[in-house]
Amino acid sequence: MTTDQPDPTTQPEADGAPVGRRLVLGTLALGALGVAAAPPLQRGLERFLGAASDKDPTGLTELLPNGGGFRYYSVASSVPRKNASSYRLAVTGLVERPATYTLAQLRARPQTRIVRDVQCVTGWRVPDTPFEGVRLSRLLDAAGVRPTARAVRFTCFDGTYSESLTLEQARRSDVLVALRMQDKDLNHAHGGPVRLYVAPMYFYKSAKWLSGIELTARVEPGYWERKGYDVDAWVGRSNGRSDDPTA
Amino acid sequence: MRRFSAGERWVHRGTAWLMIVCVLSAACLYVPQLAELVGRRALVVDVHKWSGLLLPVPFLAGLASRAFRADLRLLNRYGAHDRRWLSAVRHRDPRRKARWAGKFNAGQKVYAAWVGGAVLVMLGTGLVMWRTDLFPLLWRTSSTFVHDWLALTLGLVLLGHIALAVRDPEARRGMRTGSVDQGWAEREHPLWRR
Repeated sequence: MTTDQPDPTTQPEADGAPVGRRLVLGTLALGALGVAAAPPLQRGLERFLGAASDKDPTGLTELLPNGGGFRYYSVASSVPRKNASSYRLAVTGLVERPATYTLAQLRARPQTRIVRDVQCVTGWRVPDTPFEGVRLSRLLDAAGVRPTARAVRFTCFDGTYSESLTLEQARRSDVLVALRMQDKDLNHAHGGPVRLYVAPMYFYKSAKWLSGIELTARVEPGYWERKGYDVDAWVGRSNGRSDDPTA
Repeated sequence: MRRFSAGERWVHRGTAWLMIVCVLSAACLYVPQLAELVGRRALVVDVHKWSGLLLPVPFLAGLASRAFRADLRLLNRYGAHDRRWLSAVRHRDPRRKARWAGKFNAGQKVYAAWVGGAVLVMLGTGLVMWRTDLFPLLWRTSSTFVHDWLALTLGLVLLGHIALAVRDPEARRGMRTGSVDQGWAEREHPLWRR
């Protein structure tokens, strides 16, 4: 087959334009441009994907960046599952009346429903997400906080995660011991059966799989805070970020 | 006949393993089901950061090899036959004479250059996300956005790379043993000057 033979008029292999180098530099430039133009691009894509994932029966859009809203973060190797019979929430530390609550006892208390945006410190935001549960301040009042207590430390049944708030922050009316999210009982992946919900702060403050509330004399930095995140994690006013406040 | 030196094959092997570790750890951070299965977020983050940071090392070490530098030169230069190869692909022209190639065909050249650039972008955006003490935190969200979408693109392109290799045992043999069959070389890379 003569057509399979090389064309003798073709220039030698090592000559020709340095297109490879241009492609490398062009890709780099596009990357830099992408970073510079990210805020408007991201807003547009989030709006589009948010709408698309509502109508997507396959769930594939959830695999796209920011496609499905929430992302699953766990710092432990495995997280035990707790249900209505095995779950306990202990209120301990500098209190007059230490208490342990079952899931049924938490459900029997007055419930508060709050609808706010959820903002993660890594950038993703989920609009208008309802949380429902018991106001933390009510549990604190029931336990009788001693005058020496200045802060609250939260521990989780994943055995690793911890969080903390000042007593003043913990008493806010938009801080819940949440039992429900998006009008459904909290499932395991979202920190169920019970998680903390701190509406005005970045979502790492809303500890999943909540199992302990301990009153302490001063703020003890939590898991991510020991790794450099801000303890006072107000959305838009901490961690060097400028997101719209969530509360 | 000889296609790749031992040094070049080690560059490929080292890059491939680091890339596999980097992509798998990325999947464990990113895909909710995998993240749920694996957990240990801080550890997986460490594995991902270090495999990513080390990714250019085999390439840089390869620069000591004359054969590797010579192949980089070939990958950089695009001749008339490369433009014809690309236009044949665009127009789905299956004729072999439209697809002449030197040691590397135009597709391999584009792949090499794009992956090189993309890895540098991943490295840059990754460093911004990692070293929030060196870069303004404000850049972090923007970098995360580019890092996420480019990761997805890069993953698909890598799958394409692997799929093409799976389809061509002789090309794989070249990368594994360094030698290829003469007939294969004349068929696939007729302009390759040996």
